[in-house]
Amino acid sequence: MFKDSYLAHLSLLILSLCFSFGVTAQEPDIQKGKSLFNANCAACHKLKKRAVGPALAGVSAKYDKEWLYSWIKNSTAMVKSGDAQAVAIYEDYNGSVMTSFPQLSNEDIDNILAYTDYTPPAPDPSTKAVATTVEAEGSLTNDLILAVLLLVLAALVSMLFLVNKTLRKIAAANGVEIAQKEKVKRIPLWKAYAQNPFLVFVTVIFLLLSSAYVGYSYLMQIGIDQGYMPIQPIHYSHKIHAGDNQIECKYCHSSARVSKHSGIPSLNVCMNCHMNIAEYNGEEDLEKGYTKEFYTNEIKKLYKAVGWDEETQSYTGDTQPVKWVRIHNLPDFVYFNHAQHVSVAGIECQKCHGPVEEMEILYQHSSLTMGWCINCHRETNVNVKDNAYYTKIHEELSKKYGVEKLTAAQMGGLECGKCHY
Amino acid sequence: MPNQKNYWKSEVELDKQSTLVDQLSQKEFVQKLPEDLLGEETLAEKETSRRDFLKYMGFSTAAATLAACEGPVNKSIPYVVQPERIIPGVANYYATSIVDGFDVASILVKTREGRPIKIENNLDAPVHNTANARVQASVLSLYDSMRIQGPTQAGVDVSWETLEANVGQQLAEMAANNEKVALVTPSLASPTTQRIIADFQAKFPNVTHYAYDAVSETAALNAFETAYGKRALPTYDFSKASCIVSIGADILGDWQGGGHDTSYSKTRVPKGNNGKAKMSKHFQFESNMTLSGANADQRIPTTATEQQFILGSLYGALTNQAYPTPLSAALNKKVNEIAAALKAAGPGAVVVTGLANEDAQRAVLAINELLGSDVIDTQHTTELRQGDAGLINQLTNDLNAGKVLGIMMAGVNPAYTLPNAAAFVAGLKKAKLSVTFSTKNDETALNSQWVAAAPHYLESWGDVAMKTGHYALTQPTIRPLFNTKQFQDVLLRLSGNAQPFSDVLKNYWTENILNGSSFSTALHDGYYVSNQSDRLRYRDNVDALVQRLIRAKSSGGLELHLYTKIGIGDGQQANNPWLQEFPDPISRVTWDNYLTVSKSDAQALGLKNVNQSDGALDGSVAEITLNGITVKAPVLIQPGQAKGTVGLAFGYGKTAGMKSEMQVGTNAYPLYQDFNPVQTVTVTATDGLHEFACTQLQNTLMGRGEIVRETTLEIFNTKDAKYWNPMTQVSRDHVEVDVTSKEADMWQAFDRSIGHHFNLSIDLNACTGCGACVVACHAENNVPVVGKREIRKSRDMHWLRIDRYYSSEETFEADLDTVDNISGLGESLSTFGKMEDPSANPQVTFQPVMCQHCNHAPCETVCPVAASSHGRQGQNHMAYNRCVGTRYCANNCPYKVRRFNWFLYNKNDEFDYYMNDDLGRMVLNPDVVVRSRGVMEKCSLCIQMTQKTILDAKLEGRQIKDGEFQTACSNACGNGALTFGDINDKDSEVAHLKEDKRMYHLLESIGTEPNVMYQVKVRNT
Repeated sequence: MFKDSYLAHLSLLILSLCFSFGVTAQEPDIQKGKSLFNANCAACHKLKKRAVGPALAGVSAKYDKEWLYSWIKNSTAMVKSGDAQAVAIYEDYNGSVMTSFPQLSNEDIDNILAYTDYTPPAPDPSTKAVATTVEAEGSLTNDLILAVLLLVLAALVSMLFLVNKTLRKIAAANGVEIAQKEKVKRIPLWKAYAQNPFLVFVTVIFLLLSSAYVGYSYLMQIGIDQGYMPIQPIHYSHKIHAGDNQIECKYCHSSARVSKHSGIPSLNVCMNCHMNIAEYNGEEDLEKGYTKEFYTNEIKKLYKAVGWDEETQSYTGDTQPVKWVRIHNLPDFVYFNHAQHVSVAGIECQKCHGPVEEMEILYQHSSLTMGWCINCHRETNVNVKDNAYYTKIHEELSKKYGVEKLTAAQMGGLECGKCHY
Repeated sequence: MPNQKNYWKSEVELDKQSTLVDQLSQKEFVQKLPEDLLGEETLAEKETSRRDFLKYMGFSTAAATLAACEGPVNKSIPYVVQPERIIPGVANYYATSIVDGFDVASILVKTREGRPIKIENNLDAPVHNTANARVQASVLSLYDSMRIQGPTQAGVDVSWETLEANVGQQLAEMAANNEKVALVTPSLASPTTQRIIADFQAKFPNVTHYAYDAVSETAALNAFETAYGKRALPTYDFSKASCIVSIGADILGDWQGGGHDTSYSKTRVPKGNNGKAKMSKHFQFESNMTLSGANADQRIPTTATEQQFILGSLYGALTNQAYPTPLSAALNKKVNEIAAALKAAGPGAVVVTGLANEDAQRAVLAINELLGSDVIDTQHTTELRQGDAGLINQLTNDLNAGKVLGIMMAGVNPAYTLPNAAAFVAGLKKAKLSVTFSTKNDETALNSQWVAAAPHYLESWGDVAMKTGHYALTQPTIRPLFNTKQFQDVLLRLSGNAQPFSDVLKNYWTENILNGSSFSTALHDGYYVSNQSDRLRYRDNVDALVQRLIRAKSSGGLELHLYTKIGIGDGQQANNPWLQEFPDPISRVTWDNYLTVSKSDAQALGLKNVNQSDGALDGSVAEITLNGITVKAPVLIQPGQAKGTVGLAFGYGKTAGMKSEMQVGTNAYPLYQDFNPVQTVTVTATDGLHEFACTQLQNTLMGRGEIVRETTLEIFNTKDAKYWNPMTQVSRDHVEVDVTSKEADMWQAFDRSIGHHFNLSIDLNACTGCGACVVACHAENNVPVVGKREIRKSRDMHWLRIDRYYSSEETFEADLDTVDNISGLGESLSTFGKMEDPSANPQVTFQPVMCQHCNHAPCETVCPVAASSHGRQGQNHMAYNRCVGTRYCANNCPYKVRRFNWFLYNKNDEFDYYMNDDLGRMVLNPDVVVRSRGVMEKCSLCIQMTQKTILDAKLEGRQIKDGEFQTACSNACGNGALTFGDINDKDSEVAHLKEDKRMYHLLESIGTEPNVMYQVKVRNT
């Protein structure tokens, strides 16, 4: 295998050399090729794996270069013209058409092909070794400093001891006596305490109050699931999606814009990206066991649920809806509307949901109690900018209350019936 | 003074000796709090020691604490592939039509996450655009747990392939042997279905199609065919009417297919200024007290025989011919008066009749031709009723004689609705092949070999010609819940057409109806109108048959008038708990039908009504005998029932395919001999009393009068508003001031001038009492059904009730004067002439009452936990989660609109209605919380809808237009009686109504400043 591709590589190199001599005198640039590949091809192609289109590593060996130029620039025309190879690919991929790239020059294509043919050299073991030694040196110096410090400390202690000893000797020589203090007989503390009714009274009151406080706090937290972090059927990491990859919250939770529900995205939304992203290549957290295999395995769970066959790159129709565990549970008697807060008020999702982009496992950030809602309504000014609905009412109300900006509470956001019906 | 009239809700209030009403008016809750879950045992009888009590307490506290530690784990399951148009939390609306052989309407269906949850009026559609109570409730029938879930043969589940193959083979064999097969459907008026049936008949020439109406209009159809040459019914537009004379036609009920109330109400509100206000005048001759009679300006109780005479005599008066009739002098005078009014009204005059008599129907058509009436439209006819009673009787005979060997039925239940159902069932069993398309295992399905599970109309395709040139489409709003198939689809398969019905429908519309316009547009709108019209010409002469009419002889016995109730209709939806619990607009009885009897007849027959100490109503049981058929029914003494007549409603007493709770009442169809709704019967009293669940005496207003205000058009036009709509005066420093004035107000004012301030105006003139709003409120607000037993205990949960008040001429004392004054007119025995009893012919007023949302609300001040509080937008808020159930608020409410949850009504086997199964709960509105046991609830002025409107406007960044704010009741009212809006928007309709001189508030004198206002009823007497 290696030999084959090596041979292909070599022949291609020679071939391209010949061409480049014939057309231009430039070498294909692998770096440029990489950026072109990522910009144009990566949506449908992978280097070593079949995606929407075929794997591209070593593609130049399979097809004639001129043929590749015209295929990339206009594949549809080639299929239409009945080119045998073109038709074969077309049929192989269930008649899905490859996007044409007339904007790519032959040179660009050469660069791309150079990238796809490039095999990164095996990592040099010597570099790693150097790194370890440096690390070892670093730790050595630290220990050394510590040892020296310890020695100094030990020296100081022994010096103090010696000084003390010498002083006692001098005192003895001078005849000074160091008197031992006599112990006075005292009543034990607990008895003294028990004999003082005032103290007992205060303590009892204190104990009663604190147990009431503890009891009350216990009762008050019943039904509040702040920090609730259930295990989900698929380990979906908001950190990777919203954090590392900077995906907008409302890309997936799109109904938050228009509906009372933020909506758990349907699986077809996941597949918008995951049709192409079949494996995880990001950072790992080995301590917690979040390896690349672990994440890739979770993506496979998605494929199973949505019924996606990776081999044929098609839906099988055999679906298993995912039963997510709901984290934010408002009681039935509360009406909460996401669209009002997200679209009208323009509040960041993080205000209530916390740093979701840092959450490997999602948890309930806020208490979701009525007091928590009300506090925010008291403190938050209504976003009236460019909203014709507010024009009149804002003007009149701000005159009435004598303020520039109205809070949600002043708009009537504390009335029972606004949320309870 | 007009306000001297005495209003009463129930007969018992007229009884001066009875202390019941006084007692009741002292009690807000007639029943004590139930001590245990069923309320039937008392705590005192139980042996529970102090030690037991402590044990239970300790255990339950510990259990509650433990249970509270761990919350339930909720699962959320998103779509795998989310449909493009469904956004969770956002409702979608689809235009469709209901055509079930009895009701027809163009409607909008509100769906949430793919579930239909509410029916709305499709006001863009030009005809039949409002949903009555039954149509409003039909969405619940979709989630009926008694529905058939798949096709069966002799009770065994089969596949559709088996059914189609077997039935197809048998049909082919029968066709080869030329054995007759009947195909029975309701009157479909569906152009595409008619084409499919024609194709089916082409394939199987032995098939005959019968249209069958459970409640027949045969006489009217035959009369119109004779007069105009087309077997159809004319259509009516009462908004053009200025004088309506109805002789036994319940035009606001189900007469000729119903749906006339929308146009009727338009002319019932006085319009015009400066003392020249005008409204239509409505005379009603009838036997039973109907909605039409209740709304008429003059109601004259008469028997059917008298009505024939009146019609003949009226024809004579209009044509200046003499048709001597044995009518009383008073009635003759009335007829002449009416004839003059009709002549004066010109093209705005119309005469209609509900007599099931071809002669009478032809006479009426002749009169309308004579009057040149614009109200009746003979050029746009309707085929929504096609049934021919004779043909159906013939079919029963043929089945029994073996002349018809196969029968296929779709959407009909003749084994229940036919008067000779037993004979029909016998014939059905003789048939070689019997197939029934049904949604329920009803009486017919149980006796058929094959039962084909049919979908509900909200899962079906279809079309209908509402009237000539007016077409409407039916489209599915949810995927079929069960393994069902439309009968059109099966007919297509049997005819060898592989196309689905939806494609056939689309093709037929494109080729034959749409005339080039887009099918998608028609489907989106739900209707299509072309400029077609019938070119029919009048070609009848009725002089001779009027002679025949006036020679009619009274048969001597009691006349039984069979009718359909607003709630149940022909009985198709009898398993719908919303409709069963819907109080009849006239009698206020729920969960029953009954024999309505006039007071004097009841006395003569020894029948009585008794009110128990808690206000519950009991009635004697009567036996009604007709040609050897005996039917038992409870008796309800009905004020206004014509003497010598009794009434009984269809649609009850159904047992097959029904939950046991819903199997109530008596089946009246066996008395519907020869499809004639008027029969001569003998009525005898039997032993025992029947327990009614009647809301009549419930929620009395504690003796506070002046609830209803009414006046006459004459006074309205000639006198100052202060005379007929006076403001209560109070004395302050010995000076009379308006009770609403600032000086008299002891409450702190609350500024409501900024933002929205919602008001609801209820026009007593436009309200016909139809009750569509009551069911709409049920659907919108997840109001539970409590059942007959609980209603009887005054525990109904309706947030919106329509009070029905009876009143007689002025005061009762004035009645006596009236009698004295008219004695000179003759010693007529007719009830019109003699008013010896105020209940003989009372006037009726309907008044919808819901929470009045007082600005100074008495309920709010007494709540110890502030669960009831006021919003700046005028709504009185009710926080259920805060309520601890002291019921102080209900005690302090002067309008008696608060309802207490005595039990947990959902997921409770004791209340096995729709909220007790997963299917039924699909109808619940997800935006409104389902209340639990022990909390008070009431109308919220649909705050979820007003909030939705505001939130949408904010989202779109725009101002709100007038008309956008709606409540479920104002949306449902097709008659314009309920107008809702923001009075801070000075240009809004409701702001104008607030300034109207007819406007008044209920119990203005107590200073509650309600946000619900009423418009004084004006009668055109």
